[in-house]
Amino acid sequence: MPLRKEKVPVREQDAKERACNFDEVCLGYNEEEAVSEAGRCLHCKNPLCVGGCPVSIHIPEFIAAVKEREFEKAFHIINESSSLPAICGRVCPQESQCEGQCILGKSGDPVAIGKLERFVADWAREHHIMPEKAKEVKDQKVAIVGSGPAGLACAGDLAKMGYQVKIFEALHEPGGVLVYGIPEFRLPKDEVVAPEIENVRRLGVEIETDVIVGKSVTVDELMEEEGFDAVFIGSGAGLPKFMGLPGEQANGVFSANEFLTRNNLMKAFMDYDTPIFHGKKVAVVGGGNVAMDAARTALRLGSQTYIIYRRSEAELPARLEEIHHAKEEGIVFHFLTNPVEILTNEDGWVTGIRCQKMELGEPDASGRRRPIPVEGSEFDIEVDGVIMALGTSPNPLISSTTEGLETDRRHCLVADKEDGATTRPGVFAGGDAVTGAATVILAMGAGKAAAAGIDKYLKKV
Amino acid sequence: MYRIHHVEKLTDTIYKMDVEAPRVAKRCQPGEFVIVRTDEKGERIPLTICDYDREKGCITIVFQVVGQSTEKMKQLKAGDAFKDITGPLGKPSDFVDEDLETLKKKRYILIAGGVGTAPIYPQAKWLHERHIPVDVIIGARSKDLLILTEEMKEVCDHLYIMTDDGSFGEKGVGTDKLDQLVKEQQEHYDRCVAIGPMIMMKFVCLHTKELGIPTTVSLNPIMVDGTGMCGACRVSVGGEVKFACVDGPEFDGHQVDFDQAMKRQQMYKTEEGRRMLEQLEGETHHGGCGQCGGEA
Repeated sequence: MPLRKEKVPVREQDAKERACNFDEVCLGYNEEEAVSEAGRCLHCKNPLCVGGCPVSIHIPEFIAAVKEREFEKAFHIINESSSLPAICGRVCPQESQCEGQCILGKSGDPVAIGKLERFVADWAREHHIMPEKAKEVKDQKVAIVGSGPAGLACAGDLAKMGYQVKIFEALHEPGGVLVYGIPEFRLPKDEVVAPEIENVRRLGVEIETDVIVGKSVTVDELMEEEGFDAVFIGSGAGLPKFMGLPGEQANGVFSANEFLTRNNLMKAFMDYDTPIFHGKKVAVVGGGNVAMDAARTALRLGSQTYIIYRRSEAELPARLEEIHHAKEEGIVFHFLTNPVEILTNEDGWVTGIRCQKMELGEPDASGRRRPIPVEGSEFDIEVDGVIMALGTSPNPLISSTTEGLETDRRHCLVADKEDGATTRPGVFAGGDAVTGAATVILAMGAGKAAAAGIDKYLKKV
Repeated sequence: MYRIHHVEKLTDTIYKMDVEAPRVAKRCQPGEFVIVRTDEKGERIPLTICDYDREKGCITIVFQVVGQSTEKMKQLKAGDAFKDITGPLGKPSDFVDEDLETLKKKRYILIAGGVGTAPIYPQAKWLHERHIPVDVIIGARSKDLLILTEEMKEVCDHLYIMTDDGSFGEKGVGTDKLDQLVKEQQEHYDRCVAIGPMIMMKFVCLHTKELGIPTTVSLNPIMVDGTGMCGACRVSVGGEVKFACVDGPEFDGHQVDFDQAMKRQQMYKTEEGRRMLEQLEGETHHGGCGQCGGEA
């Protein structure tokens, strides 16, 4: 059979229609489409795609199973490496991971590995196929702090090894950024996230919500009083950054975290009690995935929406697919533009955002060309809402209440890259709490590595 | 689920509840708060911890019915439960970590406004139990808005009650009493703690600044998560941006930008007011609140 250069296209909701609802944009493959796309895989002897996956899923094997229509087998193959495939298949930046390595990508489209993973996971859920519980039960207990991607991955792996695992979550729902950050139209909560977390519970993992480690209980108490033999800290990077601009405390200025939490976790877009701001014109400052999520959410709440980014389109850190979707939906991008002031009226509400044009200079430490302000280029954009999506940093609550836990200048926990071991024996860490804000799949990779590290540690104790 | 052991109606609009929350009860200190959510669709609202029983694993919360969520809370009876209670949150009051011997040489004046009496209570109790001199002024619009006066009497050296209309105690506001104590009776206080509506705290601070008394206030801005992840509760203190939920809620009152904080409190007021009217009046609600575009 000749090589097919183009991947099987994936069905999506029409751009005009979806700009007015919170339903999932990408509809995913059906069985025929998945089998056809799986047929493009060359089943390389030395598969580069696996090296591009942070949790090393056996990609050619699961794709071979899809091709043979053995979807259940495909699910169990994926499950050996990942506990959250329906989520990863949706939100991983595959273009820079597995699919970025696929050999077919050299002369055409890479195999749509993410869409295939998603198909398998969705199929398994619809057919009530679930991961199996560990047969062997160990009597050692591990506490996991935080139920985001790192914590869930670590908990899932430890439970499969037979450990007694309990997750402590500060919010009222488990999932971390999967529930409060990533919007419904990219990652449905009830249909996808909740069942995926239920699968982790099914492995034997217990989850206690409303517990803020560092306030409700300390790491020391978990180890000394509640009998945990090891602790994994996957508390993420949840502290929002602001710019320190004049007018930034005005009414109508939000962190992306607040805006998205109200909408996603508190379901402000539905018939729930938490209110949310419905602006006529909203500016979102930033160019990452969070900025795209905030902008596309504001648009769906009825606002005309602008993205203000200080570098050019080529430097946008957001996923290509999300940028593409945002443009299709009618979001207007102001590149090489940086806010200098938020304009307000006498009642303290936002009336506009004063910006400055930028030009790109020499590359900076991150390798990206440094934006330099163009003098005298100030101009105003009329808006009644501003959402700051400038990145986040780790919350110092845990490090400041736990003896012997070292952090770096950015409040990130210091942990070994290989096994997640922190400076305190028995305490491991991974995900954004260690790296600062990164991706879902890198956090899962770190959770997985730490699970292996904890296993090794507990076998020695 | 967090079971309610006891409910007491303190005034027409203020309720007191003892609720099971063992993790909070075990560790909480004066000055800290919890976030509660009544049910699946409920919002997260912050409430100060008014008292606690570490043995029973219970905390006491006091709330005033001001909007949709507190209206829902009012419906709860003993035996019912909150969906979520999380905490303790925020930083404990500064005196909790002070050296006890130094503290005993200081004299405190606590000023409570309306429902702010509830968060003042655990502070007075903590200080009084450790034999630190403490006087309390409670101010309210009228007699029927006074709460916890009997309980407060037990935990301070002198209790002064003020009502705007003179229907109980003395006629006047809290700052009148403070002025009288300091200026006329030559009483000396080393520190003031003021908790109540924003506007009341602002005026207390104007007075204490003049009187030269260092003053702590407990701010009550809009909150969502209460753990520092969103910045909804941000306030300007001494020109710096602080998150009340993690850096506070108690701050140096002479450094707080009250005008900005009051403006921020208005943010969802119209929406909240509208929702409450809709809920109360149901199908009969057809505008008139001036916001929803309906006919008056």
